[in-house]
Amino acid sequence: MNTGTALTPTPRSPTTWGERLQRLHIDLWLLTLLLAIACIGLITLYSASGHSLSAIFAQAQRLLLGLAVMAALAQVPPDYYRAAAPWFYGVAVLLLMLVLLLGDHAKGAQRWLDLGVIRFQPSEMMKLGMPMMVAAWLHGRALPPTWKVVLITLAIIGVPAVLVMMQPDLGTALLIISAGAFGLYLGGLSWRWILGALAAAAAAAPLLWFRLHEYQRQRVLTFLDPERDPLGTGYHITQSKIAIGSGGVFGKGWLHGTQAKLDFLPESHTDFIFAVYSEEMGMMGVILLLGLYTMVVGRGLFIALRGHDSFQRLLAGSLALTFFIYVFINMGMVMGLMPVVGVPLPLLSYGGTSAVTLLAGFGMLMSIHTHRKLLTS
Amino acid sequence: MNSYDALKDLYEEKRNFSGRILVAGVLLILMVLLLLARLADLQVLQHDYFSTRANDNRMRVVPMPPVRGLIYDRNGTLLAQNRPSFNLEVTREQVEDMDALLEQLTPVMGLTPGDIARFKDRVRKTPRYRGVPLRTNLNPEEVARFEINRYNFKGVDITAGLSRTYAMGPSASHVMGYVGGISEADYAKLDERLYQGINQIGKLGIERSHEDELRGTPGARIVEANASGRPLRELEQRPGAPGRNLYLSLDAKLQNIAELALGELDGAVAAIDPQTGEVLALVSKPGFDPHPFVEGISTKNYRALQSDPSRPLYNRALQGTYPPGSTIKPFMTFAGLFHGETSNEQHVNCSGTYYLPNSSRKFRCHKRTGHGTLDMGWALAKSCDIFYYQLATNLGIDRISEVMGQFGFGKPTGIDIPHERSGLSPSREWKRRVRKEPWFPGETLNIGIGQGYWQVTPLQLAQATARLAMRGGGFEPHLVHAIEDPLTGTVTGVTPKALPPMLESEPHEYDDVITAMELVTHTPGGTAYRIGRDSPYRIAGKTGTAQVAGLSQAEEDAPELSATPKHLRDHAWFLAFAPTDKPRIAIAVLVEHAGHGGSVAAPVARQVMDQYLLGRVQFATATLAATAAPAANASADPGAAAGEFDGFVTASERPAPPPLPAVPTLTIPAQKPPGASTENPADAVEVDDAEAAFEKPPAAPAPVNDAADAPPPEGELNPPKPQP
Repeated sequence: MNTGTALTPTPRSPTTWGERLQRLHIDLWLLTLLLAIACIGLITLYSASGHSLSAIFAQAQRLLLGLAVMAALAQVPPDYYRAAAPWFYGVAVLLLMLVLLLGDHAKGAQRWLDLGVIRFQPSEMMKLGMPMMVAAWLHGRALPPTWKVVLITLAIIGVPAVLVMMQPDLGTALLIISAGAFGLYLGGLSWRWILGALAAAAAAAPLLWFRLHEYQRQRVLTFLDPERDPLGTGYHITQSKIAIGSGGVFGKGWLHGTQAKLDFLPESHTDFIFAVYSEEMGMMGVILLLGLYTMVVGRGLFIALRGHDSFQRLLAGSLALTFFIYVFINMGMVMGLMPVVGVPLPLLSYGGTSAVTLLAGFGMLMSIHTHRKLLTS
Repeated sequence: MNSYDALKDLYEEKRNFSGRILVAGVLLILMVLLLLARLADLQVLQHDYFSTRANDNRMRVVPMPPVRGLIYDRNGTLLAQNRPSFNLEVTREQVEDMDALLEQLTPVMGLTPGDIARFKDRVRKTPRYRGVPLRTNLNPEEVARFEINRYNFKGVDITAGLSRTYAMGPSASHVMGYVGGISEADYAKLDERLYQGINQIGKLGIERSHEDELRGTPGARIVEANASGRPLRELEQRPGAPGRNLYLSLDAKLQNIAELALGELDGAVAAIDPQTGEVLALVSKPGFDPHPFVEGISTKNYRALQSDPSRPLYNRALQGTYPPGSTIKPFMTFAGLFHGETSNEQHVNCSGTYYLPNSSRKFRCHKRTGHGTLDMGWALAKSCDIFYYQLATNLGIDRISEVMGQFGFGKPTGIDIPHERSGLSPSREWKRRVRKEPWFPGETLNIGIGQGYWQVTPLQLAQATARLAMRGGGFEPHLVHAIEDPLTGTVTGVTPKALPPMLESEPHEYDDVITAMELVTHTPGGTAYRIGRDSPYRIAGKTGTAQVAGLSQAEEDAPELSATPKHLRDHAWFLAFAPTDKPRIAIAVLVEHAGHGGSVAAPVARQVMDQYLLGRVQFATATLAATAAPAANASADPGAAAGEFDGFVTASERPAPPPLPAVPTLTIPAQKPPGASTENPADAVEVDDAEAAFEKPPAAPAPVNDAADAPPPEGELNPPKPQP
């Protein structure tokens, strides 16, 4: 392509890897960071699953699927997402209703929908549907939003959140609410409203307490005092703190963590995989991992700042912030900073659906980032 | 809305958005710092605490029990060892249906309901992954039968362990004792650190008294275990130390000869080396098989042993207390010489009767017609009661009890196995303290011929004989000769404990007594001449007879021995040491219900001394066999009689014992040790405190009186009242 005359204003030939990938609508920064985290995830999973190669292959397959979905979604221009958002959101709400009517039970909660061909969790779909819908809805409005717009936005957030809580799945509901709330926050919701809402939430906390399921209340109580019931509900968090604390600054070394190896740590390869990682890699490893996550979020926010329109900015910003909320809730829970809620650690926890959903979200981020340049050129 | 406004709004929107992102970014960084602070709290500040918790989680201490020390006799014959045994074990987590499995196993392995009940009880207390014994000590046939069928039984295994076995079985059961399960009462007393992984403890005899040496020190393995407690790998080994081996002073062959010599009669033999105090043989017949106790005896079998009229659990050699009868006379003679109340020059005329001064109460000699004129030596050789009545009267009870105390009567000898009884050496002080009565002069006469309140054990008598043989010297009797450290092979001898010297006395006083004791065995007319007649070595001995049932006052003469029911017959005593010039063995023999000491007990002593001094049994035992009627076949065994005995004869090879006579409750009081009545009657329950029976032996069966080789004179049974 460089053979053309210099006078013709043709697009500049890609000279770096980043630019080449940009052409393919892939963001080099995000890709590199995500791949690095996924590799750490696979390495940790090998240890946490008790040297299970089959678990590694299964997880690698899911990650590859997720990367493929990410790459595919990156090709779609952001405007299509804006157009599809109401439909996607609507279908997701319908499916959430269906789940409550005829979903499969697993571990006492109704989360799965069996469509004959595949089983999946509509709540995962809502993790993407929510930021898309809120961004699309606010896109056409003058921002900061008027109180009418805010009320409608709250309804958009509230309906699926209630449906997910009824499953019950507190963790996912929190993530879905966060995604919507971030959209609203970034849309310019006035600080008065935000502080008012926080005050109202504090006041409503006792009411919420009585709405919680027994096991959720137990989690909260256990969080407040893990040694209250060291062999029952406090066992998870006690063992997880032992794992992290005994790791020290430099860790016990890969495959040398005793807490997970000897089955003291429950859920060691899913929600509590961070404890395994901290035990084996120590504080240094955690700082590395946390740095990677923060850079991912930073890149996401950078993309949001450079968004071409409200929809792009709001969607990118809320996806990036939600990703951070994932990380914060999971690490906070495993370190005993907050009650146990079922939130996986992005790209580290074993399990397919959430990894694919996350990577799909990054596909949209990449789409926003890469299509912007082409459109302006 | 014009386009300018729209543009302005767009610009404004973007500015607002950037501000929101900035605030979010700041919050985000604060949250990351919060996570890092928590991380530092856990991984730096509380690191030591959590490291300890993690190690506590994963490390388990698995004790390694030491191998119990072996016990040998003085010649190195193994008496107690740890034999590999095969046990049937079931691991619960590998079994799908336990009840079905047990049902299938029952016909193959011959399980009893007791086995199953005990097993189920143990399963409840054991972690799922650990094997639980279902049956112990399988014989090779059972092992083979299981191996053929093992494919049917998932989770069932044959495991090898060590089981304590005793080579001499019942022959030395009272000396050796046995090991058994550690009871709650044992645990209350012991230091649990020393019993990590050990599940048996010495319960009786040497096994009990030398528990600390035999046990060894448990080691430990530090293993890494997972959350369910299953050990996965070993981190560290802390070696323990095996138990020490004991070399007993006991001579297994001598012990066996002594037991054989008693034949089917019950009794006790105590033989001591007077030069060291080492116990050469210590027999109590009948013995009992210690092995059921090792495996955990059932209540039913334990009850059977307890209620056996011949009382096999009772160690006659140191728990049986009997009146010494005439065997006290050598010591009386010594007391007389010591206090100048008799001498070789003294002569006594025995007319068959004796009266206390100023009293019409008649005391008789066992020879009704009287012995005529006797000197001191012949009074002993013929066991003349009149001589000793007079001597006792002249000495008085205080001087008698003083000298008898010097010989060790009335207190334990201090032998190194438990449950020894002290017997009773009568004294004025004792009677005032215990009976709250003054001493009556007539009682002194009974004491002089070894009856009345007297109670001695066969071991005490052997010990007193040893002191006599050693001319007042001698050592505390003990059973352990040396202790070997199996790691270094170092053998440490046990230093004999010298007894405190007796009262100052002149050597001839001992010699005179010993000369008189030689008359008993080496002079025609002596009461034990039959065993000394052909002896190649010189024996100093004395016969005695302890009466079991009092004869009615009307009976003038003792009925023929054979006419008396066995359980009412007198006990026979004999004490001796040999050779007289340089004593190597001192012995006391008690034969229950066997009549005269000279005819029954003395041949037993002679055979034991033959074996020890000559290395073979020279003395023919026809007399013993004839006296004990059907019972003494064993000692009439040609091999034994000809001195060709070699090896042990186990109980099963001997002829079956004759049926015991019907025993009235009067003679054998059915005294049960405390605790027996509280036992669970279920057959399956192991007896934990079996040793309780050994600590409190039944009281002497009937009022026992000394017959002084003959029926007692009138007034024997009720000591004469002092005359006004």
